[in-house]
Amino acid sequence: MKFRSITRTGGSNRHRRMKAIGMALVLLLAVALVAGCGGKKTAAAGASPIKVGIVNLPPEESGYRQANVEDMNKTFAAANGYEARQTNTADNSEQIAAAAGYIRDGVDYLLISAANASGWDNVLKSAKDAGVKVFLFDRLIETDASNYQAALVSDMYAEGSIAMDWLLKQGLGAYNVILIRGQLGSAAEKGRSDAVLKARDAGKIKLVADGTGGDSWSLEEARKVVEAAITAGKDFNVIFAENDGMAQGAVQALDAAGITHGKGGKVKVIGFDFNRFALRNVQAGYWDLDVQCSPRQAAQIAGWIQDLKAGKPIPSGIVYQTEIGIDTASITNDIVLNKGINADPGEGVITR
Amino acid sequence: MRRVKATGFHLLLPLSVLAFLVVVNVIKGVDYFSLSVINGALYGNIPNILFGASELVVLAVGMTLVTSSSGGQDISVGVAGAITSSVFVAILLGADKITWWTIFAGFLAGCAVGVLIGAFNGSLVAVFKVQPMVATLILFTAGRSVAFLIDGKLSPILANDLTSRIGGVMPGVFIQTPILLTAVFIALIALLLKTTNLKLYAQSVGVNEKAARLNGIDPVAVKLLTFMLLGVCTAVAGFIAVCKAGRHDSVNLLKYIEMDAILAVAIGGNALGGGKFSVTGSIIGAYTIEVLNRTLLRLEVDTEAIKAVKAVFIIVLMVLASPVVRGYLANAVRRPRSGTQTGTVAEEAEDGWVSAPDAFRGREAP
Repeated sequence: MKFRSITRTGGSNRHRRMKAIGMALVLLLAVALVAGCGGKKTAAAGASPIKVGIVNLPPEESGYRQANVEDMNKTFAAANGYEARQTNTADNSEQIAAAAGYIRDGVDYLLISAANASGWDNVLKSAKDAGVKVFLFDRLIETDASNYQAALVSDMYAEGSIAMDWLLKQGLGAYNVILIRGQLGSAAEKGRSDAVLKARDAGKIKLVADGTGGDSWSLEEARKVVEAAITAGKDFNVIFAENDGMAQGAVQALDAAGITHGKGGKVKVIGFDFNRFALRNVQAGYWDLDVQCSPRQAAQIAGWIQDLKAGKPIPSGIVYQTEIGIDTASITNDIVLNKGINADPGEGVITR
Repeated sequence: MRRVKATGFHLLLPLSVLAFLVVVNVIKGVDYFSLSVINGALYGNIPNILFGASELVVLAVGMTLVTSSSGGQDISVGVAGAITSSVFVAILLGADKITWWTIFAGFLAGCAVGVLIGAFNGSLVAVFKVQPMVATLILFTAGRSVAFLIDGKLSPILANDLTSRIGGVMPGVFIQTPILLTAVFIALIALLLKTTNLKLYAQSVGVNEKAARLNGIDPVAVKLLTFMLLGVCTAVAGFIAVCKAGRHDSVNLLKYIEMDAILAVAIGGNALGGGKFSVTGSIIGAYTIEVLNRTLLRLEVDTEAIKAVKAVFIIVLMVLASPVVRGYLANAVRRPRSGTQTGTVAEEAEDGWVSAPDAFRGREAP
């Protein structure tokens, strides 16, 4: 068949050939997909190692999760005296099945970051019956606190307060803030917005615009929120974006409109999550503040396990991680390298 | 008479919606069209809209072709854009130095991957007769993991002058580069549709596959080709998006854009069941979505309510565009003019585009 003219002899040979090519392509990509999605299990043998079962979300979920999984692998490595097995899936029932399997296999400790907060009661009870200590990390489960030992999570409210406290110390004449929220109703959005809304209600700041980057915390949406404020002629001097990607989008809008920002600029830019590109932007004075949301819970949990082994008491219930905020004055290379997540563009490189 | 009418009418709806939104914006503030030159580029609401909608426009064009030939939609375009752009970024960062040539090579590689993805989806649809939405669901769910692996498990940073010029402004050029790229893309597609029989073939296959085959058109080849073209569109959209963002975030890049792309096709007056199509309509549809998003922001609709307001607006729009309402309106308009009733609703709809399949089907009987 030619695309220039219609021929009446549409060959069935060609049709068959197209079919064969099509089938080959489908097979090829199917194989590639399966190869790409295989799970990962780490097991090592040693002299009576501590057996740990880790149930986590998949690393491709986010840069946060990637750093989290890496941190777990590093801390609970065979070299440190652990025999760790892990399952990374976003499917709650698969997670529960994996946890049940680990209990059957007789692990000493079970670490869980649940895809869904509910449905865990039975498996947690069977862990208790089997004498397996359960630690939750990053995500809480809706269950009785007696069903697990401790939960180590980020305090989103504290993160918002860190940013707001820093801002109010900057001595700006007036605080005209553009708030760019994340996915509405998510724990991070509720926590981080809370400090801003409280400061507004207390009359400490004025909320010039209140927008959102939507369910995907979108850079483009954040950019549109700021562009709308600029073209409407609004006067503002603070961007409070609830993650780094949205802060980047907001800054793109400022740049396009020729509005200065960062160190010595008109607009203060605040981001969250400690992406390394964001930290480098702060270091270069391109942004002003970034607040941590640490994905690295493994060391603290490992410390608790060692304490238990030594017969020392450990905390129970919900334990919040200590997070920090860094600005252009307090940033160091060490923070960028050891506390950041995702790729590092290198010192002095600005990500516009 | 009818032909002339049919060519213009399908654009009436998207254009009037766009006009309505513009009027709302102008009422909100007469400075809506104001332009200024900042940092060597035009700045204002209109450039912002053209800039923001560029990826969506590109994807809507490809989606129109696939919709026409296969009678279904590809819901993996956002994911495909993330994969193609991850290949682009991998090639750029793998090179010793980023030059215009490496960017060009990376872009071509992205297009090649896009074609491959299109061929994969296309074969499932054309050869195995899987519903397009189900076929592309595979990539929709698994594709971001592929992009994540190509990225080397981190979001790589581009951070260089050349790509940020592509995502921003070229020195000495008054208009932002993504706007120009989109314009070039539209021109190339227009050229393709004008100089080849692609449009006719895609429509014939979409209207009636059997009849098309009897006329010597291979439906498998045509469907595959439209999916491959959509693959190229995803590569172009991914390229623009990643240059704008300056880094490759496999999780969020072009997320959920497939829904807007399908919506653009629908607003453009195209039947989602396939058959006759208007690329112009889809392009206007894409810009309409962008204007709608920005209008809601400009009107300062409550953040919590913004999604609901958008949904209501689109529902009203779709009901107005439905054949039932249009048939009724056409009747109401025609009755006083001609004095006599022209016939059944089915006949009324004939000068639109939705009932075109029926016209073809009538011919199929021997």
